[in-house]
Amino acid sequence: MPSNNQKLYDKDKVIAGLVIFVVLATFPFWYNLGKAASAPELELTDKAKAAEKCVRDTQYMRNEHMQLLDEWRDTVVRDAKRIYVNERNMGYDMSLSNTCLDCHSNKEQFCDRCHNYTSVNPYCWDCHIDNPKEAK
Amino acid sequence: MNVKYMFSLVAVLLLILLSYAGAEAAGMKTFFGIFIPYIAVAIFLIGFIWKIVGWAKSPVPFRIPSTCGQQKSLPWMSYSYTDSPYTKTGVVLRMALEVLLFRSLFRNTKFEQHGDRLIYRWEKWLWLFALLFHYAFLVTVIRHLRFFAEPVPFFVQWLEGLDGFLQLGLPGLFLSGVALAAAAIFLLLRRMYLAEIRYISLPSDYFPLFLIIAIAVSGIMMRYFTKVDVVAVKELTLGLVTFGPTIPEGVGGLFYVHMFLVCVLLIYFPFSKLMHLGGVFMSPTRNLPNNSRAVRHVNPWNYPVKVHTYEEYEEEFRDKMVEAGLPVEKGA
Repeated sequence: MPSNNQKLYDKDKVIAGLVIFVVLATFPFWYNLGKAASAPELELTDKAKAAEKCVRDTQYMRNEHMQLLDEWRDTVVRDAKRIYVNERNMGYDMSLSNTCLDCHSNKEQFCDRCHNYTSVNPYCWDCHIDNPKEAK
Repeated sequence: MNVKYMFSLVAVLLLILLSYAGAEAAGMKTFFGIFIPYIAVAIFLIGFIWKIVGWAKSPVPFRIPSTCGQQKSLPWMSYSYTDSPYTKTGVVLRMALEVLLFRSLFRNTKFEQHGDRLIYRWEKWLWLFALLFHYAFLVTVIRHLRFFAEPVPFFVQWLEGLDGFLQLGLPGLFLSGVALAAAAIFLLLRRMYLAEIRYISLPSDYFPLFLIIAIAVSGIMMRYFTKVDVVAVKELTLGLVTFGPTIPEGVGGLFYVHMFLVCVLLIYFPFSKLMHLGGVFMSPTRNLPNNSRAVRHVNPWNYPVKVHTYEEYEEEFRDKMVEAGLPVEKGA
């Protein structure tokens, strides 16, 4: 790189290219300008508050509920087993509609808040919209 | 065993250990979660611009395009419009083919000798996996905007739908992540197992590959296997880009490894061969029209040499030349 030379060749094109680069690379900074970063607040229904404990502990449910639901689906559909026993030795009906959505019946204030925040669009709801009960 | 790739592998492993131990054991979450990312982005942006400006200051006085087809000459001879471009449009098309489709890698052939015959074999694997690697990386980067933008822009959601169209498992499989890891591993194995490629490979070739593989694998781990609290992760990343950084609870050590490796990549970027991202646009062998036969290109810093043309010479000595009987162009 010549250090003594100050002339920028093809100045217009180079600067235009650099501007495009900086604008694209800093997209998150200007897109979120003036917004707060706070995570969404979840609202629990009275029933969920009364139950106190979910199927598993809260952090596990936060991180891995989707995997649990996936296991449930496979177990019910493939093995026809419907009872899930958790680490507290309590049994639950493996059903999104009958178990999960029974307490968490407020999809807009519960499920959707985090899903929208992290741009998750699960196709569970394509079928499981029949809260509270599906036919047994 | 080869010292060149072992060096890079050990370097990446040390970086992984450093960030994991630093964030988990030493509790330096602020350092790895806030300080390093800001430093990395600053170095990346400033380094990138500095590098491009340096290249833009390097003079290219003459046309030096690599000619990959027939040059434009006489009007009745057809010429290669994009492989030896003569017009600006030709150059733009050539650059587009190069940047978007890796035209020059597509030209790759394998040279073999069979008895007394020399054979150029069709060799498209490098082109295919290079293309796969770069596009998978691009999709992965754009997908990650879901952590850096609130609300998540429509094109990110659209891309996620396309990327996860197989609807495999929960969380749904993103093809780009798998393609990125697979293609990077292919490019690494190619350097390790082909003797002639291994011979010309340096630690600076292996290091980015190991680094990117580690980034992809740690990302895949977090999404599909060990799990992190995604909402907390977004709180952290969004805090960074809104200049209100926080370290939320419940973000695992693997996340700090992932982010630290990305930061290392950003810091390493401007000082390495990864700068081909900007460099491809600056390469004179691609971005100049091949018009030396039609246009005279004068070196701009030519020293102003004092010339004495024949006309001036004859003007000065015409009398003496005529006297001596030498032929002159203009009559005395």
